[in-house]
Amino acid sequence: MIVSTQKPLEQIMTALEGGKRVFIIGCAKCATVCKAGGEEEVFRMQDALTAAGKEVTGTIVIDETCHMLRTGRDLRSRREQVDEADFLLVLSCGAGIQSVAEASEKKVVAGTDSKFLGNIRRFGQFEQRCSLCGDCRLNDSGGVCPVTVCAKGLLNGPCGGMEDGACEVDQNSRCAWVTIYERLERQQRVERLDEITPARDFAHKRHPNSLVLEK
Amino acid sequence: MPSQLVRKLAANEFVITAEIAPPRGGDTSGMLKAAAFLAPFVDAINVTDNQGANMRMTPLVASGLLVREGIEPIMQLTCRDRNRLALQSDLLGAAALGIHNILALSGDDIGCGDHRQGRAVFDLDSVLLLQTITAMNNGLDMNGAPLSGATSFFAGAAAAPEVEPFAVTRPKLSKKAAAGARFFQTQAVFSPERLAFFCESVQPLDVKVIAGILVLKSARMAEFINRAIPGLKVPQTIVERLKSAVDPAAEGVRIASEMAVQCRSLCAGIHIMAMGRDEVVPQVVAAIHN
Repeated sequence: MIVSTQKPLEQIMTALEGGKRVFIIGCAKCATVCKAGGEEEVFRMQDALTAAGKEVTGTIVIDETCHMLRTGRDLRSRREQVDEADFLLVLSCGAGIQSVAEASEKKVVAGTDSKFLGNIRRFGQFEQRCSLCGDCRLNDSGGVCPVTVCAKGLLNGPCGGMEDGACEVDQNSRCAWVTIYERLERQQRVERLDEITPARDFAHKRHPNSLVLEK
Repeated sequence: MPSQLVRKLAANEFVITAEIAPPRGGDTSGMLKAAAFLAPFVDAINVTDNQGANMRMTPLVASGLLVREGIEPIMQLTCRDRNRLALQSDLLGAAALGIHNILALSGDDIGCGDHRQGRAVFDLDSVLLLQTITAMNNGLDMNGAPLSGATSFFAGAAAAPEVEPFAVTRPKLSKKAAAGARFFQTQAVFSPERLAFFCESVQPLDVKVIAGILVLKSARMAEFINRAIPGLKVPQTIVERLKSAVDPAAEGVRIASEMAVQCRSLCAGIHIMAMGRDEVVPQVVAAIHN
């Protein structure tokens, strides 16, 4: 899922300067799970904006705001409330915010910062394991991604900053290469680490990216 | 300029290196003065590359200026601040300036320096950089396309003999050797036993080991290093020794000299990290020669 966090209210208020009426849009998927823009957060935002003197013309929580056609359709179903608003405040990931921007000529305000593609450890705990690098190397590294889990994204082993198995960048995190080594050792294939992993092909990371499946 | 470092390592003569940092400004007089002071005592001088991710003059220019002064540099080159185009073009520039020795490094985390908001590159890592240098020595760029002439770099890499767990770092040392590292300049070592173990472990790689010798000034400095410098750990016994010394600064030189003397029989040379006290380098060097 895409992990996002809500921007501080002051920042949102700054972005909403110059208009009084706001329509709030949340997302029923990722933003709900990470509590950046589900029903509850949209409701709280409505309260906060009202308390700050804004008028909320309406709210909606769209099922997958990243779905462009559905977002357009759902906004059309609330046309009056949307038309009345000066701003559409969107509490979803950056993809969802842009679905809204594509569906409406209204001024769109991003109420969140999109952080990472996250695994869910347990309720309210998210960890980045995959960077969507487009060139998966997990087969070479025991199923642990060095591109993401190593803070420097090093492909050929730990940097000189590893200490007692901890990461140089975050002493509270385990060095990804220690995890990789230990896994491969348990699987009796630690010799895989003797092979030089070639440089990444960043052509896979060019953006904007797109994919159209063949029919 | 024929390389003293290459010649002495090939002849199994003990080598001594020290290091200088390029200036945080356009005036290189202080750096050149420091280099000129160290030069008579050492075989080559490392020129650091935005060390600790703190912005300074590029080591390419600083190393080139050393060559002009007749002083042999070991240019440190990190993957943190340059993508593969910049690394290769800087290497070609280094070749043009007569810079022969390159220490290929990944680079400290950008978050520990003075430009924390910056983007760290890490397009390549140290192993891939070494491979690139080897390719250039064979007249090719990293993609195998021909250069207008081959370079003749003498490439080295970093190693950490006292790091735990050592086994995790060991495969990378093999890869560094396979990629073309001819010498290891190590992180500071404090234990001769640990250094002996390390040298034995990497002996099959046929890479010369230059052991890092850290000259401490005080227990406070040691504690700061333990807290703030990635990959550097001063053992508690050394911290205590500095704490109880009447003259901690002199004790620091003694500790470094003792370790340096031990290195003579263990490895190919030492790399003295004087931590801003270049004036003590001659004392450590003298200890070895006596």
